[in-house]
Amino acid sequence: MTCVHLLLTLVFAVSLGTPVEIQGPRGVPLTKKQFYVENKPFTCLDGSRTIPFDRVNDDYCDCKDGSDEPGTAACPNGSFHCTNAGYRTMFIPSSRINDGICDCCDTTDEYNSGAKCENTCKELGRKEREVLQKMTEITKEGFLLKQHLIEEAKKGHQEKQIKVTDMQENKKQLDEKVEVLRTVKETAEQPEKEAKERHLKAWEEQKAAIRLEKDKAKMAEAFLELDDNADGFVSVSELQSHAELDADADGTLTETEAQGLMGGAEQVDMSTFESVWPNIKDKYHSESQPEEPAPVETPPDEVKEPVVDNDSEPYPEDDISEEEDEDDEDEDDYHEDDDKAPPTIKTPEKSHEDEDAMPPYDADTQALIDAAQKARDDFEEAEKALREMDDQIRNIEKELSFDFGPDAEFTYLYSQCYELTTGEYIYRLCPFNRVSQKPKYGGSETNLGTWGSWSGPENNKYLLMKYEHGTGCWQGPNRSTTVKLTCGKETVVTSTSEPSRCEYLMEFTTPAVCQEPANTDLSPHDHVEL
Amino acid sequence: MGLLSVVCVSLFFSSTFAVDRGNFKTCDQSAFCKRQRALKPGQSPYRALLETLELSDSRLTLQLINDNNKVHLLLELYRLQGNMTRVKINELKPLKPRFEVPDVLIAEPPTEPLSVLSKDDNGVVLSLGVKNQRLIVSARPFRLDIMQGPEVLLSLNSRGLLAFEHLRLHKDTDKEEVGLWEETFKSHTDTKPNGPTSISLDFSLPGVEHVYGIPEHADDLKLKTTDGGDPYRLYNLDVFQYELYNPMALYGSIPVMLAHNTQRTMGIFWLNAAETWVDISSNTTGKTVFGKMLDFVQGSSENPQTDVRWISESGIIDVFIMLGPKPSDVFSQYASLTGTQSFPPLASLGYHQCRWNYNDQEDVKSVDQGFDQHDIPYDFIWLDIEHADGKRYFTWDPHKFPQPKEMLQGLMDKKRKMVAIVDPHIRVDSGYKIHNEITSKDFYVKNKDGRNYEGWCWPGNSGYPDFTKPEMRAWWASMFAYDQYEGSMENLFTWNDMNEPSVFNGPEVTMHKDALHGKWEHRDIHNIYGLYVQMATAEGQTRRSGGVERPFVLTRAFFAGSQRYGAVWTGDNAAEWDHLKISIPMCLSLGLVGVSFCGADVGGFFKNPSTELLVRWYQTGAYQPFFRAHAHLDTTRREPWLFGPENTALIREVIRQRYALLPYWYQLLYQAHKTGMPVMRPLWVDYPKDTATFTIDDEFLIGRDLLVHPVTEEGSRGVTAYLPGAGEVWYDVHTFQKHNGAQNLYIPVTLSSIPVFQRGGSIIPRKDRVRRSSTCMENDPYTLYVALSPKKFAEGELYIDDGHSFNYDTKKEFIHRSLTFANNALTSKYLFSPVEYCNIGKIMSCITAEMTSMSRFVWHANLLMISRTGKETPVDFEFDTSMSVLTLRKPGMNAGADWTLLLQ
Repeated sequence: MTCVHLLLTLVFAVSLGTPVEIQGPRGVPLTKKQFYVENKPFTCLDGSRTIPFDRVNDDYCDCKDGSDEPGTAACPNGSFHCTNAGYRTMFIPSSRINDGICDCCDTTDEYNSGAKCENTCKELGRKEREVLQKMTEITKEGFLLKQHLIEEAKKGHQEKQIKVTDMQENKKQLDEKVEVLRTVKETAEQPEKEAKERHLKAWEEQKAAIRLEKDKAKMAEAFLELDDNADGFVSVSELQSHAELDADADGTLTETEAQGLMGGAEQVDMSTFESVWPNIKDKYHSESQPEEPAPVETPPDEVKEPVVDNDSEPYPEDDISEEEDEDDEDEDDYHEDDDKAPPTIKTPEKSHEDEDAMPPYDADTQALIDAAQKARDDFEEAEKALREMDDQIRNIEKELSFDFGPDAEFTYLYSQCYELTTGEYIYRLCPFNRVSQKPKYGGSETNLGTWGSWSGPENNKYLLMKYEHGTGCWQGPNRSTTVKLTCGKETVVTSTSEPSRCEYLMEFTTPAVCQEPANTDLSPHDHVEL
Repeated sequence: MGLLSVVCVSLFFSSTFAVDRGNFKTCDQSAFCKRQRALKPGQSPYRALLETLELSDSRLTLQLINDNNKVHLLLELYRLQGNMTRVKINELKPLKPRFEVPDVLIAEPPTEPLSVLSKDDNGVVLSLGVKNQRLIVSARPFRLDIMQGPEVLLSLNSRGLLAFEHLRLHKDTDKEEVGLWEETFKSHTDTKPNGPTSISLDFSLPGVEHVYGIPEHADDLKLKTTDGGDPYRLYNLDVFQYELYNPMALYGSIPVMLAHNTQRTMGIFWLNAAETWVDISSNTTGKTVFGKMLDFVQGSSENPQTDVRWISESGIIDVFIMLGPKPSDVFSQYASLTGTQSFPPLASLGYHQCRWNYNDQEDVKSVDQGFDQHDIPYDFIWLDIEHADGKRYFTWDPHKFPQPKEMLQGLMDKKRKMVAIVDPHIRVDSGYKIHNEITSKDFYVKNKDGRNYEGWCWPGNSGYPDFTKPEMRAWWASMFAYDQYEGSMENLFTWNDMNEPSVFNGPEVTMHKDALHGKWEHRDIHNIYGLYVQMATAEGQTRRSGGVERPFVLTRAFFAGSQRYGAVWTGDNAAEWDHLKISIPMCLSLGLVGVSFCGADVGGFFKNPSTELLVRWYQTGAYQPFFRAHAHLDTTRREPWLFGPENTALIREVIRQRYALLPYWYQLLYQAHKTGMPVMRPLWVDYPKDTATFTIDDEFLIGRDLLVHPVTEEGSRGVTAYLPGAGEVWYDVHTFQKHNGAQNLYIPVTLSSIPVFQRGGSIIPRKDRVRRSSTCMENDPYTLYVALSPKKFAEGELYIDDGHSFNYDTKKEFIHRSLTFANNALTSKYLFSPVEYCNIGKIMSCITAEMTSMSRFVWHANLLMISRTGKETPVDFEFDTSMSVLTLRKPGMNAGADWTLLLQ
């Protein structure tokens, strides 16, 4: 009974607790006060129903839109308006009314919870104004800087465009020059080629004659060797002593086989031997020379090697791919160098028979060659210059094609890098290029993402940069970084974090995102509510 | 070559997402299990020596002899209060004492007198008190049968599988069988100074086809037969990326099995903390429903029977047979032995936001703000191992968490709380206070050579405090005092992980069995280690408030009795649909054996969930007792607002549903605490005669009155829920649509659907004003949801206390009302004595109540609220004819008062 009594008292207290000075129902913003007229039936703001006025703020939810309980927590979807004189007005979900937590700085949300709230609006307002002032100053200065940046970017853009145009003009000339030199080269190469061919042909004929001589000598020598009884004939039996001539590889040269080699004859004289010689010369072993070494077989290693290679192919590992990633650009450079400077020193063709070396060119041929070489060099030099020019043009065009913001205000970040050192790492942001992380005390660099795109909200995509496809994480995604841009006088990386494994967040201040201060006049807003 | 390397990569890949089975033993690789399992059913070598029978008032003792080796055993039989029988078997004269598990029973179970009904050469018949219930001891071979009338309820050693490896001297063994005195698994050798010590006993359950329990396994609710496979294993292990639907051991062990049929529910509690394997076989396995029907029609059916066999590595046989007969009887029987679920602080029933890890104070702050920005309630934010300074628990990383009190105060200002992890492995580091004190007090577990046992865990080289020592636990508890645990405050709570214990470089990722806890081997106590860790931690939390505040401690490892110390979660699951599904049977199984405060990591711990899976998991987790989202370090962020506004709204909605139902959850936890009734239950618990419910584990009851069928299929367009209860009705809680019981109901679903039904005949209290945290809702009014039965009847309860202290117990400061709707009147009455009420009334008198009623009759008269004084007050109401919902507007009664609402 005591309890019931107490309850009733408390309920009373609630209804008396409404401060008198507030006009209209609790929690209603000024703009909506007109809908809440004392002692007149209240129509839910969504028009769904009409209720007696004493049901407004009676701690029971009657309207689906929560509009009958702007000052109590009865409706799940209601909202409460705090005036917060001296600070900014605010709507809070009605579930925060009388929950014991001070949400409104004017304490109006906690009128029956026992929470001891202090009115902090003035203090908050002051602080906010200070912050705002600071921000405004920063914005102001930042915006000025931004104008410079825009101008510089414009200038730079124009310059670059002019440069590109100039270069394209130069390129045309270079193109022509290359063509002329190509013709000169080709013209010089024709006689060179012919002279060289002549020289080569002469030499080859000479070589053939020598070879023929040698063969004949060999044949004569063989004949003498075979003719064991020196009767001036080589007989079947004499031939049979050379088992290496065995055709069916059974180890013996039978009489029939020998006869076959001799073209059916029993014996041949020196001149007839000329027709036998081609049949046996490939296999024939001179008796005076040591046996030829067995033909060297293809070394088995050669077959094995690729197998070994494949076996040892490493599992894809982070570290490795990391380094590869990092080296990418450098490698590109090397490749370019390779292209430009192909290996020119060619080792002269070596043969076992050094004595058979080609004789030097005669003076006329050499002169032709020298002339052609010069033409080639000239041509290649010009072509290289053209390629370089192309690269330069392409680079500038690439730069010009970047989205550097609506006024190109981000241009100045291009090809720059900014670092931030934390406890463990040095973070490096190279805008429009890549983000990386390097341990402070040694260790390799990790790619945290390469330039992807602007990815801010629709109304201003230039507030966030996304860097993607960095080094992969174990069992995870590739590293990526979001760079959040805020207005500042200086261009600095202010913080980095890894909110989620391998997803980095970098905060970056730059004047380039400073907006024009909306109002140079600094005044605390919501004066109206005062 | 290319193909080969692809195969290699894919092998590597798949192995990272599934358990490495090779790390864990099969029965064949566990020498005692292999040995015991090699024994086949047959004539038992054991014989009861009836001449040794001694009967005192409360106990019967009798010697058994093994005719093969002449070793004598001592059998002790107790008839326990509450329809239970305890059977203990130990060696009559062991070489040295065998381990008996302490600290699990809340007290020596009170006994009732046993009386001998008859006795002859063949055996003894004892009366078990309950009508017609007898215990028959047969002498040769030895067996026990418990009978009711002509019916055998349960038999022990009926298959002759009682096997007791007696302690012996090493030279005693004539043949050196492998694994008797030493056993090697992978690179680890278990020296077994005591030799073979295992025990085994079989139980036959005639008439039983359904057995449940023996968690923890990632398997169906209804236990499967184990013929041809491994037995269910109970051995607390840290299993990396566990697989589903198999009998492998997991983080916790509760050696309790329930047997159920339409007539009776019984339980077997095998009190042994050593590695244990449970074999289940059944004579109806493989028979189709049709086959069984045919048997029935032809009368040829042999009585269905389930046979169970328990095998443990050491200790004694100490079995409690809980004879029911109702499911609720078994729960209260088991509760009377090992205690009930701790009554948690109300806030811990709210939503928990966890991640490995919230990186620093700034991160914690921004996540906290995120909840406010998106208007999603939560009560606890959690810090995993990275919060501590070099994994030194009880400390804070000085860079990431330099001002823990500031952080905790920030949370407290919003009436929110935090949990920080404290694991039982202690970094071996002479600069670490905790390590130094444990060393100087000589509290570490010892290795077989008597030196401090060391193993690898998160901090690197670690020691493991010997939690089996009461002095150690008292000291550990003292470390939670505010002046010891620097940076802690009253809103900081604790999470005990890795307490199996996990030892990265130990055999099966746990402690060596020959490590020493005083005179006992780790082998003897393994499964109870985790319980002790949570026990000491909960004790510490209670003590830091001078015994006033209730603790909240989450544990991963557990044993019988763990329910007394806090909450349990299902460990490191994965973001996969099957893992969402398995969370239901895993928590149901735990609930059946006392652990009601159970949950699974919402979203899945390993891997990244799809948005759909995440939303479905929230919708499921919100209707499970312990509701915590958690994620692995390597996963992407998944706070509820990171998946677009639509999904944020879906998650917000379901978390709000959870908060609205907190009064009901709290009341159910109170009931669990008082009676042992599980909070989250299989349907058969409340519909024990309905065989259709016996294998259902894709839906469940919360208490008796809410039925939940979570959507756990990807891309689901509908689910079929079984609504039990012939002649009953169920109301869709979202639409008030009424459905008849005893039917399979197809429910079309969208991503926003969570099929939940309220039982007709029930009254559920809710707080429909959902706020930032449960503590913010403390003084909010209740809404009673009255769902009428076809007979226009409903009943329910309302339990209220301060939500966080022990005053409900020490000062009886609580309100516990019975609510009844009958004869067109809704009445609130005390469930407990009025003396308590008036004390309470002073505290709680600020509570007002809205009354909402859902009913099925047309309304055409006045509605009156009548207080106890007889004063009548008219009440406004609204009536929605489409679903026949009557809403009483603001009746405003005191929740603690007597009143009647009369519909005239």
